[in-house]
Amino acid sequence: MSKITINIDGKEIQTQEGEYILNAARANDIFIPAICYLSRCSPTLACRLCLVEADGKQVYACNAKSKEGMSVITSTENIIIERRAIMEVYDVNHPLECGVCDQSGECELQNYTLEMGVDKQHYAVKDVDRSDVDWGHIHYNPGLCIVCERCVTTCKDMIGDNALKTVPRGADALEAEYKESMPKDAYAMWNKLNKSLIGLTSGEEMLDCTSCGECAAVCPVGALVDTHYIYTSNAWECEQIPATCGHCSAGCQISYDVKHTSIDNTDTKIYRVMNEWNYVALCGAGRYGFDYQNVVDKKDESAFNAAIEAFKKADTIKFTSTITNEEAYLLQVLRDKFGYKLVNNEAKAFQTFLNYYSEISGTKLYGYDLEATHNVNFVISVGTAIKSDNPNARYALNNSMTVNKGAGLYFHPLKDPVIEGLGKSIMTMYHAPLQEEIVLYLILDLFADKEKLPSEIVDYLASFHTKKTITVEEIIKEEITEIVKVMKINEESGEEEEIEEEKKKIVPKKITKEVEVDENALLEILGANENFMEELEKNLAKKDSFALIAGPDLYTHPNAKNLARLLALIEKYSAFEITMIPTLTNSLGVALICELDDEVGSYTIGYNTKGDFTLSALGDGDLDMPSINQQEGTLTSINKRVNPTNAAIGYNGYELNDIANALGFNAENVIEYTKMLPTKSGFISKEFDTLPNHYENDGTECRGYLLDNVAVKKCGDESVEKFKETKLEGTLIYMANPVRQFTPFTYKTTNLDEVSGVYMSEEFLANSDFNEGDIVRVKSASGELVANIVSDNKISGDIIVLPTFDSKLNSEALFSSYRFATASIERV
Amino acid sequence: MHNENIEQHFNNRNVTEINSDYFMVDIADYPTDGWGKFTRTLRRALRGELFVGLWVVLREMIRFDIHTIQYPLEKMPIGPRYRAVHEMKRLWESDAERCIGCGLCEKICISNCIRIDTRLDEESRKEVTEYSINLGRCIFCGYCAEVCPELAITHGGEYENASDQREHFIMYQDMLTPFDTMKAGTQVEFEGFGAITPHEDERVKKTPLAY
Repeated sequence: MSKITINIDGKEIQTQEGEYILNAARANDIFIPAICYLSRCSPTLACRLCLVEADGKQVYACNAKSKEGMSVITSTENIIIERRAIMEVYDVNHPLECGVCDQSGECELQNYTLEMGVDKQHYAVKDVDRSDVDWGHIHYNPGLCIVCERCVTTCKDMIGDNALKTVPRGADALEAEYKESMPKDAYAMWNKLNKSLIGLTSGEEMLDCTSCGECAAVCPVGALVDTHYIYTSNAWECEQIPATCGHCSAGCQISYDVKHTSIDNTDTKIYRVMNEWNYVALCGAGRYGFDYQNVVDKKDESAFNAAIEAFKKADTIKFTSTITNEEAYLLQVLRDKFGYKLVNNEAKAFQTFLNYYSEISGTKLYGYDLEATHNVNFVISVGTAIKSDNPNARYALNNSMTVNKGAGLYFHPLKDPVIEGLGKSIMTMYHAPLQEEIVLYLILDLFADKEKLPSEIVDYLASFHTKKTITVEEIIKEEITEIVKVMKINEESGEEEEIEEEKKKIVPKKITKEVEVDENALLEILGANENFMEELEKNLAKKDSFALIAGPDLYTHPNAKNLARLLALIEKYSAFEITMIPTLTNSLGVALICELDDEVGSYTIGYNTKGDFTLSALGDGDLDMPSINQQEGTLTSINKRVNPTNAAIGYNGYELNDIANALGFNAENVIEYTKMLPTKSGFISKEFDTLPNHYENDGTECRGYLLDNVAVKKCGDESVEKFKETKLEGTLIYMANPVRQFTPFTYKTTNLDEVSGVYMSEEFLANSDFNEGDIVRVKSASGELVANIVSDNKISGDIIVLPTFDSKLNSEALFSSYRFATASIERV
Repeated sequence: MHNENIEQHFNNRNVTEINSDYFMVDIADYPTDGWGKFTRTLRRALRGELFVGLWVVLREMIRFDIHTIQYPLEKMPIGPRYRAVHEMKRLWESDAERCIGCGLCEKICISNCIRIDTRLDEESRKEVTEYSINLGRCIFCGYCAEVCPELAITHGGEYENASDQREHFIMYQDMLTPFDTMKAGTQVEFEGFGAITPHEDERVKKTPLAY
């Protein structure tokens, strides 16, 4: 795509060839009204407000592509008439009770009604019963719905749940005379609008999706509202605190909407979380899991003194990655000064994995990010339960398939109906645990440039291919010549006589043929179905950009070193660009900042994890700490971006910085360390207060800064080990969380109501004698736990999922380090 | 003045129109030069207006017929448009609270003295759980009553709200019309800004309905 110049309302602007006129206009601060269009989704063409005149022809700006030298006029006399009529239509039967609507003040219907100056109504149609319905975490009021279908579009194109669709409204037809008297587009739009409302795809009464709430966020009116927010606050009352979500490594930009709790209580409370939905889509945890703050009345001096004593005594600090970069930096300087061991197993595994990867790639970090993954048309996901490990990675995968006509390939042992539901163009391959290594070899085999790939690997891969002759039945079309007798009139004699004529005919014929086919033993080992290659070839047609998302299963794989090297080879020798999902919120930051150790010493200080002395933002430790939504600081995201976050809620207790100050450091605020983050790892020396946190009109992400992908020394050796043909079999357990849960912080929130327990698929429960709610003992080689069974319809197959969001459950004890293990289950 | 005249007066608020009832008061220009100023001073000093005033005082003093209102024993009747302490009205039909909790009063309040708490009630309606006005900050500008779409919050005639502290709150229940007032049918409608003006029906643009 090349840069072109188009002219909108006399203004010359630069844009990409093929960019929609609407996007081009928005990027250049030219206003074209539009309701139904979402920047990263395909055009819906429901509202028709974005009518413009391009080169003398009336087109919709949201789906008309820019061409070199195009001249666009955003409003002509006719367009103004159309738009005004469209807005009048939207106002037909729309209740005027803005006072009791949660959208009031940020309502696009209000805005555009004023913008178009609608002060009279010319149209009418008999209304139908449009009573409101409760869909669980979302509340739908069809009476307010203008059927712009933004909810349907985002659910399909961005989220991939396909949970919403348009359903018949059952209204009377429009009066016939409108067809003549009304402006053409307004009539067409009304005709469609009058026939539909929004309903659930499942046909059930309650919404059963991954509960991200994106539909309510994009709703321009008050038709879809988060149930928890209804009537609690008006839009204009809340102050918006720009922040970064602290639940997973996606580091989504969010804004906490805060105001006083009530008339009696002036403490700040978070009422909801908002996002710039044109540029970032949130998951349920980000949107609804906001009240995980650690409420502390005052500074507990005795606990603080005990903490200082503990720090003097300790030789190890054990922590999780739900901390800011600044805190990680503080831990590192404490290590430098006092020689503490820093223990964080999950970040250590990621760090080691990245180091192994760098040995071949020559860069400190993986090459791609999720933003770029949105724009490719073939995505592979390997080693991650993508929907719960990093929901944004799933959105990227889905978005690339829906909007770019892409396809996807999902490798994972855990069967996933959500991934299968993304559409026809995603192929799933459920291999056995430990076979990730073979998967990576398969990717190399399928996609790597064999000419450049080291010859040992080429030979090794070739050893799995055999030529086999098979007999196939094929139906071919054959031309045969038949002799038929026809009656014809003899021209000479004038009599009818029978003559023989040759006639050609094409008939299908079944033949058996011997063909030589290539058989790939890798596919066989992985258990791929027969027509895998056929389907893949179909899916690969017209694909030109490739991305691979690798996840945490790989980092803890017993053969992680080899996997990391294989990934680097894939990146180097195939068209695939790689993104790795950091295990937790700031695993990447921790991995880049801290020097981590493996073993704990004799006296451990735990930060957000159990230690001999525990600092905890969960409120269950010996000294309270602020949680992420009470802190200023930066978080390093999967997109290799250092994002600033702000304190939404006040905190009255001590923080890590106070401890560091008591131990001889001197910083008034922890954000003074932002500029000291290690530049050798790619951080940039910038003051916290200079870091922006917003999106530009053209979608440019102005948030913090991007890490430098620092070059590291290559080891020069590109050899990889042969894979081991081991795999886990039997009753398998997997350490993963349900969608919307990540850590004990998400578990603490009020709106995320997932139940703790042993997660089994409905399919598994049906085929076993366990029932939901049964108390079972799960025992593995490393440990055991007793918990109740939770039925989960977001997974299928036989693998049992043990979540980590409930620290009381202590699922980690059952796993050595790899996320899968074999276990036995018995009822207690 | 006759009622119709008043209506006409209020309905024709256009000052710029030639035929309007408004006229410019004839005031002589201020003198600009020294002589003008001198003659004006002389004119005013020798007019004896001072003595007129003194005479009135003396006369009333001798008469012992005092016109001053003996507050707090006596009180002047307050005009219906007077803006004193707020009231919350009820609906005539159902005695239900008129306030729907839209929060416009809270938004428009320029001294930021109104706060309102709402929630979703059991009947899926927006319920006002608490409402407070800090009368110590209120400047009685009347914006809240003017913006109220339901004619719920209004000003009343209760102006005796002196308090011994700066912060002085009035709560929802204190402002609501008591039920017995409703039963007696003596709830008084506010006539100030925000109230329905004459000829409102003629001004309303009607929405066509198909049924």
